[in-house]
Amino acid sequence: MIEGGLNLYHLQLLGVGVLWTLCLSVIAFIGGGLVGGAVALCRISPVKAVRWAAIAWIQLIQGTPLLVVLFVCYFGLSIIGLELPGLVAASIAMVIYVSAYLGEIWRGCIESVPRTQWEAAECLALSRSQRMRLVVLPQALRIATPPTVGFMVQIVKNTSLASIVGFVELVRAGQLINNSIFQPFLIYLIIAALYFAMCFPLSVWSRRLEQRLHFGNRIPSET
Amino acid sequence: MQYEFEFASVLAAWPQFLEGAWMTIQLSFPATVLGFVIGTLCAIGRRGQVRWVSRLCGAYVEVIRNTPLLVQVFLVFFGLASLGWKVSAFTAALVSLVINVAAYSCEIMRAGMDSIHKGQLEAAECLGLTRRQVYWHVILRPAMEKVYPALTSQFVLLMLATSITSQISVEELTAIAARVQSETFRPFEAYILVAVAYLALSLLMRVGLWLFGQAVFTRKRRLGAGGASR
Repeated sequence: MIEGGLNLYHLQLLGVGVLWTLCLSVIAFIGGGLVGGAVALCRISPVKAVRWAAIAWIQLIQGTPLLVVLFVCYFGLSIIGLELPGLVAASIAMVIYVSAYLGEIWRGCIESVPRTQWEAAECLALSRSQRMRLVVLPQALRIATPPTVGFMVQIVKNTSLASIVGFVELVRAGQLINNSIFQPFLIYLIIAALYFAMCFPLSVWSRRLEQRLHFGNRIPSET
Repeated sequence: MQYEFEFASVLAAWPQFLEGAWMTIQLSFPATVLGFVIGTLCAIGRRGQVRWVSRLCGAYVEVIRNTPLLVQVFLVFFGLASLGWKVSAFTAALVSLVINVAAYSCEIMRAGMDSIHKGQLEAAECLGLTRRQVYWHVILRPAMEKVYPALTSQFVLLMLATSITSQISVEELTAIAARVQSETFRPFEAYILVAVAYLALSLLMRVGLWLFGQAVFTRKRRLGAGGASR
């Protein structure tokens, strides 16, 4: 027994919680990234209807709290008759949420590739898909890396909401432990510290990437 | 899949939803104003000459920005109560929201203030403005103007994040949806309705903040279009 009744089993449960938080974050990032990429491409599509659909999607998701999206997924799935575990509902909600935000971030990155690059590609008679694949996207990728890594912090933090639909990730694990030893201050402090340990490296990494990206641009843009 | 939507029973609870929306506004508005003021002070401290103040502000921003709001809310509500400092759910929610949004505003304002050109400061000094005048007229106001769009997004995100305070029994929109769904057994409809309500609130807020920006930041327009006519 360690002081305050926090014993080894509790720490083990917290460890499992950390793993599930990371797992959900990875699912959210990969799934959300795939859908978000599609959203970003639709957002700049030459077809008006497709573009508007993407705008509507982004506005819809960015205008509602993730918690409500989560509840809609959770209860929506159960009325279809699927009695799914919290993980699935949480994953779907996170993918929806991430897709809207990453879609908008990446749209900005794609559009910030200098116009002349698009025009040059067009002059070389590249088709739209070639232009995207060979000219624009590789350059956009470089611009997109820092904000994407920065957004990963939001993803990791927001997986905490999955605890509300009963998925045992870090916060839920903490609540379970708290129910048995009732030391909320200590436990939530530990949880906060664990989240910090996961998110802070990502924040630092994002900032470094950003500095490196701006390093090359610094000299020409100085006026 | 056979499911018949039935919004009537959920819609019948509209006075409750209205109350919830009012509570959401009651949380968001003071949190936005207080958080912005504290965040700006923090940004000034961060940029200041005093080492330990600067470090402290930096650490505060990093800690808050790298931990989930849900945990912050729990820490303030349950944590402080267990240490013997009991606060109501509303107070705890407001305090944690202010702490949260202040950290984000601090970072945004700091970016804005850092982007003020050095020449501007030198010009202000040459004109013999005092330190306080320089800060107010040359640094703070233009910085605010520059980062106003980012601040707007952050404040809308804050309004959406108030939904998290339903977890400590603050009776705002999301909590109302939970209550209504337990009375009507129509969770899906209840949450969809609440989603629409949030959408409307965030739209209203965007429009409101845009109008506010138009009213407050008139400098650019005066310099631009109005210059010739005057």
